[in-house]
Amino acid sequence: MPMSTPVVATGNATPVPNGQPVEYRRIYVWEMPVRVYHWINAVALVALCVTGYMIGAPIRMFYAAEAYQQYWFGWVRFIHFTAAFIYVFNFLARLYWGFVGNKYSSWAAFFPLKRSQRQEIVDVIKADVFEVKMHGPISTGHNALAGFIYFGTFLAFVFQTITGFALYSSMSNSWLPRMFNWIVPLLGGDFGVRFWHHLFLWFFVTFIIVHIYLAFYHDYIEGRGTVSSIIGGWKFDRVEKRGK
Amino acid sequence: MGQSIWSSMQQKGYSRREFMQFCAAAATVAGFGQAGVAQVASAFEKKEKPAVIWMHFQECTCCSESFIRASHPIVVDALLDVLDLNYTETLMAASGFQAEKSLTDTITKNKGKYIVLVEGAVPTADGGVYCMIGGKTAESILQTVAKDAAAVVAWGSCASNGCVQAAKPNPTGATPIYKLVDKPVINVPGCPPIADVMMGVVTHLLVLGQVPALDSQGRPKEFYGRRVHDTCYRRPNYDAGLFVESWDDENARKGYCLYKMGCKGPVTYNACSVVKWNEGTSYPIQSGHGCIGCSEAGFWDNGPFYQHLASFPGFGIESTADTVGTVVGVATLAGVAAHAVVTNIRKRGVIAEVHAEDQKES
Repeated sequence: MPMSTPVVATGNATPVPNGQPVEYRRIYVWEMPVRVYHWINAVALVALCVTGYMIGAPIRMFYAAEAYQQYWFGWVRFIHFTAAFIYVFNFLARLYWGFVGNKYSSWAAFFPLKRSQRQEIVDVIKADVFEVKMHGPISTGHNALAGFIYFGTFLAFVFQTITGFALYSSMSNSWLPRMFNWIVPLLGGDFGVRFWHHLFLWFFVTFIIVHIYLAFYHDYIEGRGTVSSIIGGWKFDRVEKRGK
Repeated sequence: MGQSIWSSMQQKGYSRREFMQFCAAAATVAGFGQAGVAQVASAFEKKEKPAVIWMHFQECTCCSESFIRASHPIVVDALLDVLDLNYTETLMAASGFQAEKSLTDTITKNKGKYIVLVEGAVPTADGGVYCMIGGKTAESILQTVAKDAAAVVAWGSCASNGCVQAAKPNPTGATPIYKLVDKPVINVPGCPPIADVMMGVVTHLLVLGQVPALDSQGRPKEFYGRRVHDTCYRRPNYDAGLFVESWDDENARKGYCLYKMGCKGPVTYNACSVVKWNEGTSYPIQSGHGCIGCSEAGFWDNGPFYQHLASFPGFGIESTADTVGTVVGVATLAGVAAHAVVTNIRKRGVIAEVHAEDQKES
């Protein structure tokens, strides 16, 4: 294989004629704010899930200590609240970027409004769930199904934000958490709010599992840098040779 | 009619000192503090004592029982003695037609000025037949009484949120008062509410002649503004992560936090840990038992009492959201793993397909 060829998608095991490489174009898909959003969100979300679970089911402490000597459960809650604030403002920044960023980060990528997007949802389900059509064109940015599922997670973000701040509001005099008080009577008091807030933890746990797996899976079937794109921002698009 | 509380107390032989003690106690429970004593005294001297109607519907009378056990007996005595408590099924001497006449007289003579205290929920199913007094349904009585009232107070969880009558499946259609009356209702939830809180609310109404500041659920902020958890004396143990793990362990003996034993203190708004019960003697957590959240709406259905998360509907009594979540999480992991295996089995084929496509194109 000639080393001078920029990007070549050939394997040794398969009979691709030498000297006829497939060309790929480098595309800057995820701009810096999108990548920063992603990783702040990832860290905050993991912190929220771990501390949130611990708040629901505190670890058993064995050593004999008096209450004034330690504050670890207080710290767990502190991390949860801090991560929550970071996560909310980070999310708001991402919403803003959905209107000023490039076309891959645009709000329109999250709704299957076009026919082609709906067709892609079918294609991606065929590739991901049934594994029957594992090659062929998939959008360079979010594929239509992924985008729509991210929209679902945004709704879950919003739900957790509302319920979380509503629970937090009784400990706070600031206007931000108190804005969300109205949900408390709707869900039957703090108890109900807490129940739903806790239940959605498991939505995020499930989402994280599936999200990481599918990122790896698409990195494999698409072969154009899905995983590394969220670090460096670049993806690769096959250059169509229609002229031939 | 037309008497003030002070003149009525004078007639009953109370001294000025006793009257001032009563004013001080009333000012304290109503949250006015020392500065408010003069205001209270002045109101009790000059204002006409208001007529009061105390209704009993679907309830167990625990609110009344609580009320007469306030920590300042003089306040209760005085209020019960000096208020024009013109109608209350439990305590009044009159019965039958006399009692009914007393009720209608109070309403007609004090239009727009009397206070209605309601104890108990109102059944609305099947035309309201499940609670009838003197041949009339609770709902029609409530509407008649509340129509010209100056203020309506819902005593206890039954009247505030339905309590046990409204617990699933709520066969009688028990409904809290605020859903039936089209004027603001002061909700004083609790099963029962704390006696001193009840005193405080009544005093506030008498002294200022206006509804106290209420939160989004119609509860007086002064008593329901904070959670039992916020002022609990075991709170430092919560922050330190020191929890009772079982009822008979060393941690229980040491008085650690009861959070893991299902204490609902963190989700319950009430003044128990500040005012306490029975003349400030104790409250459930101080006695070693978790809070069951009796002043929160729907607390009967938020069980079990010894779990701080509710059972997940349809998954058995012991399964919480965590059980369901763990099952879903593990199932997802298994699905992902199975998918990875299938992908790897198909690996050779997929690579061949992709390369075939590359070849076709190039």
